[in-house]
Amino acid sequence: MLNFTIRRLILSIPTLLFISLVIFMLLQLAPGDPMAQVPLTVPPEVKQKMREALGLGAPIHVQYFKWLYQFFVVEPSVFIDFLTNKSFLFGWLPDTHFSMTIDSVTGELVQKQRVISWQTRSPVMDIVMQRMPQTLWVVGLSYVVGILIAIPIGIYSAYRHYSLFDQAGTFVTMVGFSIPPFFTGPLLIVIFSVSLGWLPSIYDTTLIVDSWATFKIQLMQMIMPVMVLALQTTAQISRYMRSAMLDNLNQDYVRTARAKGLKESVVIMVHVLRNSMIPVVTVIALGMPAIFGGAIITENVFKVNGIGQLLLTALFANDLPMVMTLTFIFAILIVLFNLIADILYGVLDPRIRYD
Amino acid sequence: MTDQTSEMEVFGALQDKEPSKPPRSQWRDVWDQFRKHKGALFGGGFLLFITLGVLFGPYLWDLAPTKLDIRNKDWRPVYTLLWDSDVKAGWAHPFGTDQLGRDILSQMIHGGRVSMAVGWAAMVLSLLIGTAVGVAAGYFKRADFILMRLTDLVLSLPILPLVLLAVTLFRQPLTKFFGSPESGMFVLIVSVIALTSWMQTARIVRGDILALKEREFILAARSIGTTDGKIIRRHLLPNVISPIMVSATLGLATAIITESALSFLGVGFPSDFPTWGKLLSDAVNRMQEFPERVLLPGFLISMTVLSVNYLGDGLRDALDPRIRGR
Amino acid sequence: MTALAPMAFADGERGRDGQLNIIYWQAPSIMNPFLSGGTKDLEAASLVLEPLGRYDEKGALVPYLAEEIPTVENGGVSEDLTSITWKIAEGMVWSDGTPVTSADVKFTAEYCMHPEGGCAQASKFGGVKEIEEVDARTIKVTFENAMPNPYQPFMGAQSPILQKAQFANCLGAKAPECTEANFNPIGTGPFVVKDFRPNDVVQLVANENFRDASKPAFSTLTLKGGGDAAAAGRAVLETGEFDYAWNLQLAPDVIAKMAEAGKGVPVSAFGTLVERIEINLTNPSSDLPPETRATLAEPHPILSDFKVRKALSMAIDRALLTEVGYGQAGRATCNFVPAPALYASDNTECLTQDIEGAKALLEEAGWTDTDGDGVRDKDGMKLALLFQSSTNAVRQDFQALIKDFWQQIGVETELRNIDGSVFFGGDPGSPDTFQKFYADVEMYANNFDGTDPQAYLGSRRCGAEPKPASQWQGENINRFCDPAYDALLDELGRTGELEKRGEIARKLNDMLTKDTMTILPLVDRGRVSGRSVTLGGVVLNVWDSELWNVADWYRVN
Repeated sequence: MLNFTIRRLILSIPTLLFISLVIFMLLQLAPGDPMAQVPLTVPPEVKQKMREALGLGAPIHVQYFKWLYQFFVVEPSVFIDFLTNKSFLFGWLPDTHFSMTIDSVTGELVQKQRVISWQTRSPVMDIVMQRMPQTLWVVGLSYVVGILIAIPIGIYSAYRHYSLFDQAGTFVTMVGFSIPPFFTGPLLIVIFSVSLGWLPSIYDTTLIVDSWATFKIQLMQMIMPVMVLALQTTAQISRYMRSAMLDNLNQDYVRTARAKGLKESVVIMVHVLRNSMIPVVTVIALGMPAIFGGAIITENVFKVNGIGQLLLTALFANDLPMVMTLTFIFAILIVLFNLIADILYGVLDPRIRYD
Repeated sequence: MTDQTSEMEVFGALQDKEPSKPPRSQWRDVWDQFRKHKGALFGGGFLLFITLGVLFGPYLWDLAPTKLDIRNKDWRPVYTLLWDSDVKAGWAHPFGTDQLGRDILSQMIHGGRVSMAVGWAAMVLSLLIGTAVGVAAGYFKRADFILMRLTDLVLSLPILPLVLLAVTLFRQPLTKFFGSPESGMFVLIVSVIALTSWMQTARIVRGDILALKEREFILAARSIGTTDGKIIRRHLLPNVISPIMVSATLGLATAIITESALSFLGVGFPSDFPTWGKLLSDAVNRMQEFPERVLLPGFLISMTVLSVNYLGDGLRDALDPRIRGR
Repeated sequence: MTALAPMAFADGERGRDGQLNIIYWQAPSIMNPFLSGGTKDLEAASLVLEPLGRYDEKGALVPYLAEEIPTVENGGVSEDLTSITWKIAEGMVWSDGTPVTSADVKFTAEYCMHPEGGCAQASKFGGVKEIEEVDARTIKVTFENAMPNPYQPFMGAQSPILQKAQFANCLGAKAPECTEANFNPIGTGPFVVKDFRPNDVVQLVANENFRDASKPAFSTLTLKGGGDAAAAGRAVLETGEFDYAWNLQLAPDVIAKMAEAGKGVPVSAFGTLVERIEINLTNPSSDLPPETRATLAEPHPILSDFKVRKALSMAIDRALLTEVGYGQAGRATCNFVPAPALYASDNTECLTQDIEGAKALLEEAGWTDTDGDGVRDKDGMKLALLFQSSTNAVRQDFQALIKDFWQQIGVETELRNIDGSVFFGGDPGSPDTFQKFYADVEMYANNFDGTDPQAYLGSRRCGAEPKPASQWQGENINRFCDPAYDALLDELGRTGELEKRGEIARKLNDMLTKDTMTILPLVDRGRVSGRSVTLGGVVLNVWDSELWNVADWYRVN
């Protein structure tokens, strides 16, 4: 398995490079213009100048290699510099200046050019880091909540097949899944913010949680988006869990285990569950990158302004460096988590071999 | 000939009696089991009702969904008359009218046609691709790497630019080829949804196949010389039917909703062409005043998905010989 | 009551009213208006950066950093209209306490006029020949030619003054590297940026060095971005979480319903924004080769006929459209230039719908329904049009209504809506941009900066049409080409006298609208924003930033 992991990790590099090229070409070919949000009162000649200032005139391969260099060389070195200069963990190491270069004209030490967003004219990675907290709080938490609810529901629904609990669970999850967040979101706002006035309809990203009171505010503003997102996650995972459990509950090994006199809880939670986990692991692994990717619609409905909203605004503004970088980070996570899923298959079912 | 007859007589005791009736076919068993499943019957019935409703509804209710009647805008559904007799409502528009005076019942019927067609077509296409990729990757070791990296690639692609590019490249040729913008758009929408949603099915099917193909019954099948194609068809596919069924139900819901999201981008059907998803999203801003405008399409989408889910459950049970006959 | 009250509240100490919450459903990306033309960014920046003069809510010029508005009468503008001399008011200081000097003003011009900078407001500095610092507080701008409207540079939210000390190293190609300066510009306005999170939220505090010691009334300001217009409206009108919501582009019944909650009121004002149908005078058929498709080489087979265009206009009930789409915040109009009063033509003939007249006109033009399918035809060609617009709930309602009007006169319409980021983008590779106009008619809204329509009318000049040779860039969307129009435009450029300018502009407006029916104006759209009932001092201004007088806002108890 270790061999397999190392080989796959090495092979990920060309895979990711290829993916980055495809994404880049896709973004280049797709219609769109970073000037679309500039008012029509700005004349076309000025817009053309602005495009040139963004580096849009350069040949495509030059733009691509520039991005590759900035993403794979400059950004990591900025990160190392940050670690050695400012971070608590590695601050004791001698300060490094990997990301600095000597300006040929003035002779001063200046920062190499990082991946710059067209909309904000600032480094993309800084904004990404700024957005991480709210995305992890809201989307990450909703995912954890979703999984924690879904797995027991799935197991119990399958174990008590066609019981009232199973029927109710099926009904709620399927209705929940088929009603889109662009409806459930405003519905919750109308109920809890407008009519009852209990919860804020707008998420405050500047809130710093440092006391019980602020924690309570944070909790209040998180409840609705977490609920909306968790509903979708729960619905999906519980359905797969239930169906996989159903497939396994009637297998011969279950009868054998019961015949051995094992406790029912051991039979279900150890034998059946382990064998039913493969599709669930697959779905969870596919959802993991989405945590970092944020939830585009839900973030927008509740003004959470995390990575999802960042991607959405970048897409509408045609901010290609931002879209490219975010998409590529997701690609890395997708490749990584699918690899983890593959390894977990081997752990769950030792008969699966890749070599 | 005679020799044989006499031999048969000798071993008469060993001979089976004539079967009193022909053996029950497998499919008959499946049907009997399926019939016992109340949810499945309800689901099937509802689906049939919806399908017939959207197919033949326009003949019974022949008001055009795009017919504007601005003087009779914002009618409420007829049942609101029960508790409020002053409200603008009546049997001329049983479900009321929208902000431009278009009949909501008619929009539901016509919208259902499109939503059902897009939902089913995209779901089936996505399942076919997903299952094919998943089975191939799980079963054939050599195909696994390349197919799964392809899956990673498609998962990574940003949907919005992809959709916009597809429109730029294919809208005109498709419209020309099919002669009308609606059918061109239909093909485009179905392909876009299917081509961007098969990956989950593929990964799940592959995961199950990886485990299944190491099991003893596959080894047994292989050892008696069963061909790969037959192993897949007879032994592997029936065992992954339940995750595929789940994917199908979830996929139908996703396809119906995604269609409405696409129309925002100008990728969907023309704006006066109703679909359930679009009716729902257009009505969100007015949901306090006119809750029926969100609840009706929401109810129809949910019920359709729920029906497919129960149908899938019933089918799964009926196809599983271990459950069947109990 | 509140309208009479402001004077009573105007006194008091700075910061007495605490926190002000503003929501913009499009989040600001940058605080430097020279690097982004987006309205959201201009308005956010206007909290911090100020120009020498602004337009007030009536479109009149008011001095901000300047002592007074230079005019020919007070000698600030030269007789030949080739130069303007501004004088900075005494005692103007930046938020860091240093004085505002003419060097800052001159630097701002250099910053924007730098050839590599890609300045979004470069057109404001068009025709500027030289900028001189006469003394520490006096600045003289000389133009290459006579400028009938010399109030272009340093006027309005589009060209505020930057601090030289802060931006000195940010000229040209270096502009984007100055992230710190672009996010936290030092200004003279009532607020100072404390924390800027691009596309999310801006936190500001009152400027301690603001020129009026009693202003602003609020000590801190949060400008939150994100969501959509409905959510922003809800936060101000229904839940009262926010005090001010920008640009509520919602159907009138939706806004009215929200306002019933009583937490806030919608405010509206009219500017020059006109929702219009543009008619394509060239043939967009996909059968044509890309070199000639939708260019002057191929006149439109149907719409080249004035009678057809006129009939299309007559069939439209503009009053109904206004009622459905904008309510109080819209006025039916027949004018391309609806305001200011000086430039607005008295053209009102299109306001009455005339279906029968339109039908007769089409008959006259030879379009008859020979096969009885409800769609007129002529020489085997159906009277069928493709009607495109951007995606927006009100526009789609308009499209449906107009399709219905046109159906009544026997015109078949196919609707198409395109996402705004593609439609308004100028990507020459996309078939769906409004410039490329691969459709027969299209609908959108446009206006002009400030109060002078010269550049706006100039957009219909022959040669300015988008075409393959210009990478489909150009403002003459209709491909309108009339030498008489161009000659009149030149005359407008030479005329300084206001009355005469008004007359010429009105004539140009009529040439585009009632005389040729090239542009079918529909609605003069007002700006609608929402304010909390507890917020006073709001004066909605459509000629400048909506936050132009935020220093005067206060809390009503």
